[in-house]
Amino acid sequence: MVQTLEGIVSEHAFFKGLDERYIKLVAGCAKNVRFDEGQIIFREGDAADEFYFIREGLVAVELMIPQRGFTTLQTVGEGDVLGWSWLMPPYRWRFGARTLQPTRALAFDGKCLRNKCEEDHDLGYELLKRFTFVVTERLEATRLQLLDLYGAPA
Amino acid sequence: MAPQLENSIAARTGVDPMVPELYCIQRLRHETDDTFTIELSPTNGRGGFSFLPGQFNMIYVFGAGEVPISISSDPQNSKTFEHTTRIVGAVTRSMGHLKKGDSLGVRGPYGTHWPVEEAEGRDVIIVTGGIGLAPLRPALYYLMAHREKYHKIVLLYGARTPEDILYRRELERWRSKFDLEIQVTVDRGTRGWRGNVGVVTTMIGRSPFDSTNAIAMACGPEVMMRFAVMEFQRRGLSSGDIYLSMERNMKCAIGFCGHCQYGPAFICKDGPVFRFDRIEPIFGKAEI
Repeated sequence: MVQTLEGIVSEHAFFKGLDERYIKLVAGCAKNVRFDEGQIIFREGDAADEFYFIREGLVAVELMIPQRGFTTLQTVGEGDVLGWSWLMPPYRWRFGARTLQPTRALAFDGKCLRNKCEEDHDLGYELLKRFTFVVTERLEATRLQLLDLYGAPA
Repeated sequence: MAPQLENSIAARTGVDPMVPELYCIQRLRHETDDTFTIELSPTNGRGGFSFLPGQFNMIYVFGAGEVPISISSDPQNSKTFEHTTRIVGAVTRSMGHLKKGDSLGVRGPYGTHWPVEEAEGRDVIIVTGGIGLAPLRPALYYLMAHREKYHKIVLLYGARTPEDILYRRELERWRSKFDLEIQVTVDRGTRGWRGNVGVVTTMIGRSPFDSTNAIAMACGPEVMMRFAVMEFQRRGLSSGDIYLSMERNMKCAIGFCGHCQYGPAFICKDGPVFRFDRIEPIFGKAEI
């Protein structure tokens, strides 16, 4: 059975508890996308007009470092959210994203959502709460990575 | 008090727990730049060696000293056993220079074990980082040997870089059996690495286990385990379903010396494997 976008959105943990009318609004800004292995989803510095829910596959969030090449900072996989630069000016990607495996995702139109959030601040608050949770998790994880926990004891 | 206790253990078991026995190195294998595995067997035709997954031995390197090291081999093999360790000080450095045929002193096995029997009929989620995979390897051997007794078995393993992944061939072999879900992640990806990059604990949230009927085992740096516990609890596991292997500076291994005191417990005899509800009030407390 083919699942509707609304169904996919409402079942995602990120939108758990979101009012049904907002689910419809959000799903109205979404579309299904597929990427081949090795495909660039977005490049550092490009306009950040979308974000993604990864449904299947693996994506590297990467940064180009001169003399080192593209360096993977983190990978995101099934169930993860990819991208929040669409939320904050100047709406440009701070990092790039490239698939490591064939990947299926839901792509959300960031511009469309930003407009809907401006029109309805309750929706904006609900989305910001959810993205804050994701950002906090990523920050915690980054701090742990910086600790180099598995390195030799000091 | 101490000599009395020592005598009582000796009287009960017929073995003085402070006297090492001689074992012979059968093999020394380098796992990564700074870790190696030694395989040991008894000398002089003595009988085999049995242990439970999660237990440790005190290894005496002659002329260098004694260190506690978890047993990392298959508990069903009683002819030989293995220890995997990282080179962190004088004793392990000396140990790394030994060769096949050299002798070591061994006291043990000591300590509590992973709850492999309590886990029967349930999902098992194992989270480990760095050298913490070594004490869990015997539990994995046991689970794989009795695979039909368990539901899903999930191993989440974090390493510093792809070059620091322990037991790489074994992990690939286990993964190819399709009845063990293995996810490996590294803190820093290097060129050519096409797997996960990120902290191992972030994988718990999306890991495919049934939190209403699962048992969790974790071993690694204590900070990693703190975040692992938070993620387990967020998934709905109770404190009684979570087991951690704790580490402190162990010396005597039999609860005499107090070096490894952890609140009301001694890691050497009450641990190293603790059910989390037993240590929850003191876990993560800087003063303990």
